Amino acid sequence: MHKKSLGMKIFTIFNYTFLTLLALTCLLPMINQLAISFSSSSAVAAGDVGLFPVDFTLDSYKYMADKPEFWKSLMVSLKRILIAVPFSMIICVLAAFPLSRQDHEFPARKYYIWMFVVPMLIGGGLIPTYIVVRNTGLIDSIWALVLPYTVNVFNTILLMNFFRSLPKELEEAAYVDGATHWQVLVRIILPVSKPVLATVTLFVIVNHWNSWFDGLIYLNSPDHYPLQTYLQTQVVSANLMALESLRDIRQIGMISDRTGKASQIFLAAVPVLMIYPFLQKYFTAGIVMGSVKG
Amino acid sequence: MKKSKRRLKNWSLHLMLLPALILLLVYNYIPLVGNVMAFQKFNPSKGFFRSKWVGLKNFEYVFNLPDIYQVIWNTFYIAVLKIIMGVVIPVIVALLLNEIRKMKFKRTIQTMIYFPHFLSWVILAGVFVDVLSPSSGVIGKAFTAMGLEPVFFLGDPKWFPYTMVLTDTWKEFGYGTIVYLAALTGIDPSLYEAAVMDGANRWKQTLHVTLPGILPIVLLMSILAMGNIFNAGFDQIFNMYSPQVYSTGDILDTLVYRIGMLDAQYGVATAIGLFKSVISFAMLGISYALAYKYTDYRVF
Repeated sequence: MHKKSLGMKIFTIFNYTFLTLLALTCLLPMINQLAISFSSSSAVAAGDVGLFPVDFTLDSYKYMADKPEFWKSLMVSLKRILIAVPFSMIICVLAAFPLSRQDHEFPARKYYIWMFVVPMLIGGGLIPTYIVVRNTGLIDSIWALVLPYTVNVFNTILLMNFFRSLPKELEEAAYVDGATHWQVLVRIILPVSKPVLATVTLFVIVNHWNSWFDGLIYLNSPDHYPLQTYLQTQVVSANLMALESLRDIRQIGMISDRTGKASQIFLAAVPVLMIYPFLQKYFTAGIVMGSVKG
Repeated sequence: MKKSKRRLKNWSLHLMLLPALILLLVYNYIPLVGNVMAFQKFNPSKGFFRSKWVGLKNFEYVFNLPDIYQVIWNTFYIAVLKIIMGVVIPVIVALLLNEIRKMKFKRTIQTMIYFPHFLSWVILAGVFVDVLSPSSGVIGKAFTAMGLEPVFFLGDPKWFPYTMVLTDTWKEFGYGTIVYLAALTGIDPSLYEAAVMDGANRWKQTLHVTLPGILPIVLLMSILAMGNIFNAGFDQIFNMYSPQVYSTGDILDTLVYRIGMLDAQYGVATAIGLFKSVISFAMLGISYALAYKYTDYRVF
């Protein structure tokens, strides 16, 4: 481009600065917690900790190391993911394939697709769903955290749209050679669907890692809580109770535990941080595909 | 004939759908039908159809609750503010990002602003309760340092709804830009070339090419957001509210939780839930009809 006007230059400087600051605000709260978790309790209580640790110490992590409930709940979360992810992926892929067929090949498709869309438009509501989970005998079992969320309609539609967008020539050739639907799905469709399978798998992992409310209502024993439910009951509700008395600054117990809480919060965010680069590689395309094309 | 032969083999397609359909039936459709408990004095041992029918008693009870109209208003108020912010801020940020020519910078910013979307409200509530604490949090310290009285963001009923709207916007605005950025890259470059030929500067290009280019998608997203008119954000509010802010912060979903799960008044809680679902569904229906009429949007 040729010479920029003065106004354009000013705007460009403003724009870069503004976006940089905006992006930083997205990370600063987590960085503050990270700094708190590596600081001494007294520095934290004095309010000296901003973005860098003060009196660097690993105390809060040492304290965490022998906190059995934390690790127990971490194991529950991992177990949940190991069960739920393959289960959910298989069932959603199996559903997405028939839904991706052309109407004239599979005339029942148009009825089936409504059966998937209706639950997306209107949910059963908290209490009736709870009663069904209870009556299907899942209370206090890890399956209560898996079965009700196995069919994710959004993910299924994402898979369906991807399958539909694939060129038809290969599968037509396979059908002509006498391949069954199973063979077409496994040998033709799945090998070229790696990007969408990766996207959906990561979505499912993050969803299961992050969900906490189901653990709270479907599990009776805190021993069975996944990590986020454990954090909800141990860190967040405890904090909210302390809020009640926050006006007087005497809740010393709470303040001195801030480092411990910060370290737990940070550790719970670590897995998301770890898979985020992979997630980011794929989800943009997924979102656009899912929300615009529908 | 080839076509009929193919159709004969379609039983395997039905079979593939079966597991998903069974799970949808049990965990989505049965609860949907289970909403009949809003008209019952529900007894868990008797189930959805043998519990005692009480007509509209549960609804009468609900609409005689002293705070119910306040709760409905809170839900609506917080949800509407979130809907507005959820369109306006991402559109502005997407427009600003679109002006960035250094691709590496743009991608770094995107990476940073998408991130909070992937953290749960449990984690973020833990963070915000600490950061926003007037006595010990960084924000409180900053207020004190500037000689201001620290604001009790999570404990003051006057501030609580706005704290919810702001923190939710903070979490979701980056993710919200994705759709608009995609729409922006979809604008035909020849339109810009034509505008330059006509002597339009960057501001004029934004006004006459970029904005009209993304207007349909902005319209679509705003229309579709209408279905969220009563979704004030249970995960967020449940993790950040406390009895002292119930007056402005209690919403339908948290009320359902307390009445249903804590007090075990299943029928009453379901009545509230059903009231919310029916209105949301109606809004969703209207919004989809509008989207169908005014944009090219089809659900599938």
